[in-house]
Amino acid sequence: MKGLTGFQPVEMDSSNKNTENTRSRRYVISKRLDRIFLELGHVFAFIARFFKEVWFPPYEIKEVINQCYEIGVRSLPLISLTGFIIGIVFTNQSRPSLADFGATALLPALISVAIVRAMGPLVTALIAAGRVASGIGAELGSMRVTEQIDAMEVSATNPFKFLVVSRVLASTLMIPALTMYTTLVSLLGGYLNVHQNEQTTLITFFYQVFEAITFLDIAASSVKSVIFGFTIGMVGCYKGYNSSKGTEGVGKAANSSVVTAMFLIFIEELLIMQVINALRVF
Amino acid sequence: MKEINPKIDRTKKVIEITGLKKAFDDFEVLKGVDLELYKGENLVVLGRSGTGKSVLIKIISGLLKPDEGRVNVLGEEVDRLSPKELDALRLKIGFSFQNSALYDSMTVKENLEFPLIRHSKELTEKDRDRIIRFVLEAVGLSQAMNQMPSELSGGQRKRIGIARTLILKPEIMLYDEPTAGLDPITSIEINKLINEVQRRFNTSSIIITHDLTCAKAVGDRVVMLLDGQFQRQGTFEEVFDTDDERVKAFHNYNFIE
Ligand SMILES: Nc1ncnc2c1ncn2[C@@H]1O[C@H](COP(=O)(O)OP(=O)(O)O)[C@@H](O)[C@H]1O
Ligand SMILES: [Mg+2]
Repeated sequence: MKGLTGFQPVEMDSSNKNTENTRSRRYVISKRLDRIFLELGHVFAFIARFFKEVWFPPYEIKEVINQCYEIGVRSLPLISLTGFIIGIVFTNQSRPSLADFGATALLPALISVAIVRAMGPLVTALIAAGRVASGIGAELGSMRVTEQIDAMEVSATNPFKFLVVSRVLASTLMIPALTMYTTLVSLLGGYLNVHQNEQTTLITFFYQVFEAITFLDIAASSVKSVIFGFTIGMVGCYKGYNSSKGTEGVGKAANSSVVTAMFLIFIEELLIMQVINALRVF
Repeated sequence: MKEINPKIDRTKKVIEITGLKKAFDDFEVLKGVDLELYKGENLVVLGRSGTGKSVLIKIISGLLKPDEGRVNVLGEEVDRLSPKELDALRLKIGFSFQNSALYDSMTVKENLEFPLIRHSKELTEKDRDRIIRFVLEAVGLSQAMNQMPSELSGGQRKRIGIARTLILKPEIMLYDEPTAGLDPITSIEINKLINEVQRRFNTSSIIITHDLTCAKAVGDRVVMLLDGQFQRQGTFEEVFDTDDERVKAFHNYNFIE
């Protein structure tokens, strides 16, 4: 009895410490989880607000058009260059493997599938994430920090509609258009390379390109780029609109817009690919 | 020293706040604020940085929600209004932000047009032009019409910010630190402008500041925010005629700096 009681305090003490320790660790983890779920809640509320407000007037048409210009037209130089070079390089790098089997005649079909299905939408989205999402994040972030968003609100203009809805719409419309354009420019790059090496004519090249792809490919790419466009606009707006105060908030908003948008684009690409593959055998 | 505006109507309260409390997480900023603003009056709210002055006027304009208490503006309980009703009320309130909050991507003219296009749809372009010219002239910046905000000085930006709020003929003006970051001469000009707005546009105003020169120049009445509550109120002299160390410190600090 005595020995037991003699031991007991020590045991109790250590077990006490242990639970205390795990409790505080659990507390930290649960706090962190809380924050993640809180943030997720905010994100969903933000997206829900977009779908609630997009249907009702005032439609800020002029701002949508401005943003379409900003997002679409202003991205053309960079997109053109990147798309074109990727077309050439990809074709050039694919040739040796096909040449091993004496199958360089299949080059147009290979390029076509790769570019239409995957590279066109993905490259466009990644470039737009770098240019558009960061641009929106920085712009709205600085408007938040300098109280321009508050100023809009107190002058009885809905800043969410004017700033967020217009940008998300413009990005959702323009990224698919840009994707189509990138795809075309990439194919053109591919054609130049094929023409130079295999002397394929333009007509034959594009005949083979369209031979290789199906309706499902084009439909899937379009749907995918719409989703990418929506993601890019949404991420930029969410980060900017909710940017923290202070000048460093603006930089953070721009930076995390790019990182988050790119991350989501890859995840979406993976998921959509699964769905499309399932549809192919359906 | 300002002459008290003879047109103040002490029977009409345009803003009436009782028992207002506001906290962020566990941090209590406003701990029971009572305030009334009479028609035609310039009320100065003094207080150190971080005492919740901006929070107070953001609650008045519905940008933040109060935790407790009544906030009555022009007969309406601000926190109980629907978004539509709140927007209607906001058109009667002009808010001049600390950093002017001009829209960077628009010219001065587009900044001034922005509220007009949305809320006075019946106006023709000619009418709008006339009104824009009128408010620009009222703030003494007729030549800035086609400039970008980034090309203006701090004082000029303040004026354009005030012009942008005047354009919808508000009944109440809220000024958040109108002289902060300005040199003394420009500050004096802005003070004059605030008084001129009061006279010419018949507004009732709350001016938030920690600049005693400004408080002296524009205030019909002064209240002091200390520890989340209004501790002193009266004319400028009355507020500082006290043994309260915190109030004295505020006075001395201001005139040493
Ligand atoms: N939106 C907000 N979220 C959290 N804290 C805030 C917010 N707005 C203000 N605060 C805090 O409230 C306090 C008072 O702020 P403010 O009213 O801006 O002070 P000032 O009197 O200098 O204008 C500050 O400590 C600030 O950190
Ligand atoms: Mg402030």
